[in-house]
Parts: sequence; C-alpha cells; structure tokens
Amino acid sequence: MDDALSAEAEMVHERPGRLREFWFYFRENRGALFGLAIFAVFAFLAVFGPWVAPHDATQQFRGATLQPPVWQDGGTWNHILGTDPLGRDMLSRLIVGARFSFFVGVFVVTIAATGGIIIGLIAGFSPRWVDSIIMRIMDIVLAFPSLLLALVLVAILGPSLTNAMIAIAIVLQPHYVRLTRASVLSERQKDYVTSARVAGAGTLRLMFVTVLPNCLAPIIVQAALSFSTAILDAAALGFLGMGAQPPTPEWGTMLAEAREFILRAWWVVTFPGLAILVTVLAINLMGDGLRDALDPKLKRS
Amino acid sequence: MLNYILGRLLTFIPTFIGVTLISFSFIRALPGDPIQVMAGERGVSEARYAELAAQYGFDQPIYIQFWDYLTGVLQGDLGTSFVTKRPVWDEFFALFPATLELSFFAMLFAVLLGLPAGVIAAVNRGKLFDRALMSTALVGYSMPIFWWALLLIIVFSGNLQWTPVSGRIDLLYYFPNPTGFMIIDSLASGQKGAFASAVRHLVLPTIVLGTIPLAVIARQTRSAMLEVLGEDYIRTARAKGMSPGRINGIHALRNALIPVVTVIGLSVGTLLAGAILTETIFSWPGIGKWMVDSIFRRDYPVVQGGLLLIAVMVMIVNLTVDMLYGVINPKIRKR
Repeated sequence: MDDALSAEAEMVHERPGRLREFWFYFRENRGALFGLAIFAVFAFLAVFGPWVAPHDATQQFRGATLQPPVWQDGGTWNHILGTDPLGRDMLSRLIVGARFSFFVGVFVVTIAATGGIIIGLIAGFSPRWVDSIIMRIMDIVLAFPSLLLALVLVAILGPSLTNAMIAIAIVLQPHYVRLTRASVLSERQKDYVTSARVAGAGTLRLMFVTVLPNCLAPIIVQAALSFSTAILDAAALGFLGMGAQPPTPEWGTMLAEAREFILRAWWVVTFPGLAILVTVLAINLMGDGLRDALDPKLKRS
Repeated sequence: MLNYILGRLLTFIPTFIGVTLISFSFIRALPGDPIQVMAGERGVSEARYAELAAQYGFDQPIYIQFWDYLTGVLQGDLGTSFVTKRPVWDEFFALFPATLELSFFAMLFAVLLGLPAGVIAAVNRGKLFDRALMSTALVGYSMPIFWWALLLIIVFSGNLQWTPVSGRIDLLYYFPNPTGFMIIDSLASGQKGAFASAVRHLVLPTIVLGTIPLAVIARQTRSAMLEVLGEDYIRTARAKGMSPGRINGIHALRNALIPVVTVIGLSVGTLLAGAILTETIFSWPGIGKWMVDSIFRRDYPVVQGGLLLIAVMVMIVNLTVDMLYGVINPKIRKR
C-alpha cells in the first residue's frame, strides 16, 4: 500500500518535469512556436467563428457581387476581402469555414489514430499469423493512392463532408497501424515489459498501460502530420465536388465554386486556398517542432 | 538474396488478391442494384434483367463471381465501359502514356531542382540559404496543389498569356501518336510549332504535379546529406586534403542517394493521387482525369478496373523499389 502511494507520488512529481522538458525543446524551434500561434488563432476561429465574422456567411449582398478587396478600386471596408459571385462576404465565409477544416482534422485524426493504435497493438501482441494477416490487409489499403481510394469510397457512400471524413480516416489509418506495431515490436523485447509480465500483468494491461505510453511519441508526430493531410484531402475532395456541398463555406468547396471566375476575380480563388495553405503550413511547422521535442534521436540534428 | 526476393514476391500474391477483392467489392458495395444502375432512368424489363444478370454473372453465387472476376483479370479482361462500350483495359492503355509523360516530367523537374537544392542546403547548414530553402520546401510540402494550379493559371495564362489553360497540344496540330509521348511525337511529326505548343502545354501541369515531390526530395536529400557528412570517412577524406566539391559531390552524395532513391520510388502513389487533381484542372487526358470523369459518369466498370490497375501499378513499383533497396543496402535483407 505504502509502496503504491510513493510510486504514485513519484509519478505526480515526474509528470510536470516531462512536460517542461518537452516545452523546453519545443520552444527552441521558432517555426514551431509560430505554427502554434497560427494554430491557436485557427482553433479560436473554429469555435467562435460565427460570432467573430462581420457578416453571416450565407447572407447575399445582391448589390455587391464580385466586389474586390478593400485595397483595390471599388472595394469597401464593409467587405474587407471582397465578395463572391453571389455577393457573400469572403472574410466571413473564410472565418466560418475554419470550423469545417478544424473539425475534419480532429475527427479524422481521432478515428484514424484510435483505430490504428488498437489494431497496431493487437498486431504487435498477436501470434505471427494474425500479425501477418493484419499487416497484409494494411498493405492492401496502402496500395491505393490515398486520394483515389477516398474518392471511390465517397462515390460509394455518397458525397458529403461526413462521408469524406470517414473515407479519409479509413485511408490514413494504416499509417498508425504500422507505426504502432513497429514500436510495440521493439518495446516488447525490453526488460520492463518482461518484468511487468512476470509480475502478473495481463495482456490488456501490458498493451495499454505498460507498452502504449512508450510508443506514443512517433504517434503524436504522425497525428500532427495527418491532421494537415486530412485538411488537404478534405479540401481536395470538396474541390472535386465529392466533399462538403455548396453553400457550405468549406475552403475546398469555395475554391470549386470560384473556379469559373478565376480570370475575372482573383480574390475568390486566392483567399480560400491561402487559408488552406496557411493552416496546413502552421500544423506542419508544429509537427516538425513536436518531432524535434519528442524524438531524442533527432534532437541534435 | 534470392530468399529475400522470393519472400517479397510471395507477399505480393495475397496483397494482389486483396486488391482484386476490393475492386471486385466496389461495384457490389454501391447503393442499388448494379443492373438497375446500368439501365438508368428508363428501367429494364424483367426478361432483359435476367438476361443481363446472366451476362454479367450476377445470378451466380458470390464466390464464383469473384473467381470469374479474378481469372478474367489475370487474362486482361477488366470489363467494358458502360459509356464508350470499349474494354477498360484498352481505354486505360490508350490514356496511360499521357499520365506517364506528365509524371515523368514532374519527377524530372523535382529531381533536377530538389537534389542540388538539398545538397547545397546541407553543405551550408544553418546559413541563410539553408533556412530560406527549407522554409520554401515546407511551404511546397503544405501546398494544396489544386489551388497552386489555379494561381499559376491566373498568373501565367491569365495575366501573362504565356501558357495555354488546358489540354496537351493546340487543336491546330494533328499527327499520329506512336509513342504516346506528345513531346516526342510532336517533334517527330516535323510540323512547325507543334513541339513548342506541346512544351507550353506541359509546363504548368509539370510544375504543379512536381511541387510536392520537389519539396520532399529537397528535404530528404538535405537530411540524408547531413547524416552522411557526419561520418568518419568524410572526415578522413577531408583530412587527406580532398577538395570540398569532391567530398560533397562524390563521397557524400553517393551514399546520401540511397534513401533519396527510395523516396523517389515510393512517391509514385503520391504522384498518381496528384495526377487526379492536376489532370482534372488542366484537362490533361490521362488516367487521373479518366477516373474522376468515370466516377461522375457512374461508369462503374471503368472505376473498378482503373482502381485495380492503378493499385497493381503502385504495388509493382513499390516491390521493385524494395528489391533494389535490398540490393543496394544489405542490412535490409534479413529481418
């Protein structure tokens, strides 16, 4: 009893230290901090977008269609980034659109990571033949170019943002399976796992309590990377007409709607794509920082 | 070595069967009855329905259907397009050269720029050039290429009028297409201006498709070079008084190339996914656009067959890269 208590006290003592160490390394990387700042703004807009946006995202100003941004001739402060062909305020649509991309990222990463980690743990702890079967199935999914498989899945499920997210989650999942399995296989050999097993820990406990926490570092980095992949793929599906449907102000869908005006009104094409690029870039910068901070092998390079 | 190759080949078989199973299930997973879908809005009579079901084998048990499909695939029978009534196999190989040409030039663009950029960045590690280059590479890596394509069109086709917006060549020119590579055929045709037109059509799609591979190759080359530059034999070469150009260009680069070559080989899947978007935007008549069009046209045999062919192609390339990697790097072979 006493032992357990002191062990717990030690853990409580250790946790903030680890976090502080992580923050120490993460802070070193200026790009990562910059990415984190942009990501914070993005997350804020995702939650509070409709209250921050100057106009309703679907309100059509019939008298002001295709109005250029404020710094060009004909622009007004009322529509800072101009209006789209239906007279909707670009800035408001972009701000409200943040929540779709954010939601896509959160949903896809949660589903893909949870599923991938569980399947990866099972593969790592199973007898060889189960492991082989699981990994062959993952090979099959990985044989298809991700966007193509997502497209075909959406064709089966029907075009909508939800189905696009499900399709992307399925496509991204094998990466987590491979990553988890690889770390599990190397961790399982180590002495602390053997001693836990000797001490009588069951397989489930070994999987989730003993081994999993030590495999998390690469998975967290992968989560950051697939967050951005998910946003890009969802936007690409929206752009092809297989993701979110108009009038949803999803950035990829906005681009698809704006395509025919590309030579007449540069702003309807430029800003939604810029929003995607900046968001994805910020997340990738953060991902690089996470990798440097979490992976001791790469810390010095 | 032989064991390694045989082992890799053996894993190819179950994966191939699995991929076939997925493309086989595709038509059956679609909502609605495939024959009703085929018949469209007009519907189909009872007798005709039975006839069609027998023709496509839908009246057989599912495992027999799969066996028939698998044996058909192995004999090159991938079904017939609903729309054009041509065999999917023929359509695929008629359009494939266009995608191959585009992918080839995109990869060439990526390697020719990415390799030297990565080497220079590694040699000048931490300096301004390195930082600027790596920031640019990260931007390229994060690029939504469908937007990038639109931007390039606005600037180079809209404002500057330098490049055409779509297609592979101006409609003015017509010549036989023996190699399928527009660049070669236009040159061989001897028609004045045909080659220039083909090149101008190729430039923007090449840049768009090559952007992400370019960023990946530059980053990969840099990190591989950094790793190699820290090795003892580089220090030895330096101590011997060898010129930096020789050290970086020959000793280091040759060893740094191993992971880079792998990345190049493995980005075939990425390239094909990118081709879907690039070809759609530039109306490039390749298999990416063909797949998207077929999905929208509900031409399901084409989607099914194209899916299978593309997956098998990616698998074959990955397998080849794996084996080459085993040849180059003996450490990989036993595992």
